[in-house]
Amino acid sequence: MKHIQIVDGIDLNEAYSYLNTPEAGAINFFVGTVRNNAHGKAVKKLVFEAYEPMAIKELEKLANLAMEIWPVSKLLLLHIVGEKEIGEPVVVVGIASPHRDTAFEACRFLIDELKKTVPIWKKEFYEDGSIWVNAHP
Amino acid sequence: MKVKLFGITREIVGDNHLMVPENQYIHTVGELKDWLFEQHPRLADLNSLAVAVDHTYAENHTELAVGQEVALIPPVSGG
Repeated sequence: MKHIQIVDGIDLNEAYSYLNTPEAGAINFFVGTVRNNAHGKAVKKLVFEAYEPMAIKELEKLANLAMEIWPVSKLLLLHIVGEKEIGEPVVVVGIASPHRDTAFEACRFLIDELKKTVPIWKKEFYEDGSIWVNAHP
Repeated sequence: MKVKLFGITREIVGDNHLMVPENQYIHTVGELKDWLFEQHPRLADLNSLAVAVDHTYAENHTELAVGQEVALIPPVSGG
């Protein structure tokens, strides 16, 4: 069972409630949050943009792959769009599985691959300007 | 042909899409990218520029057809 969604905000209690399931003895989360610095500069806020239908399709591909590799009971992938302040969650990868090793491994795989292929873009805002992350050499 | 734009490509072009004139000889993704780099040279400065056709990453040799959804995918930075 899996749930994949592009959202405006993330509620971690809801995420936990979704993943909690009797056959799973392990729930592992990765939560990505807005850090207050990048490239030695203070970050004020982030803005995320997604090509939503394609982002969902790419996330589905990764989820299906993870569920082929590991015995996953439940899988949750949430990514926000819009403006977020320092400390706010922007991405959640959650895995419920019978044992912890697979939950850790599947989580790591999903967040690493998400960053490579899913069409979502992050703009960092500083005191003196802004950049689209990874856009330029 | 309409091309959807996101992130930095939207800012470079100044709109959330662009139209490729029908009189242009553009039949593949590679030809589309060459034309775009001529029209908007700053697109060539990006770390990478992928093209999605119907929500799937396309190759340079992928042929373009009427009715497809085409989008530019600048370097992603989710998570």
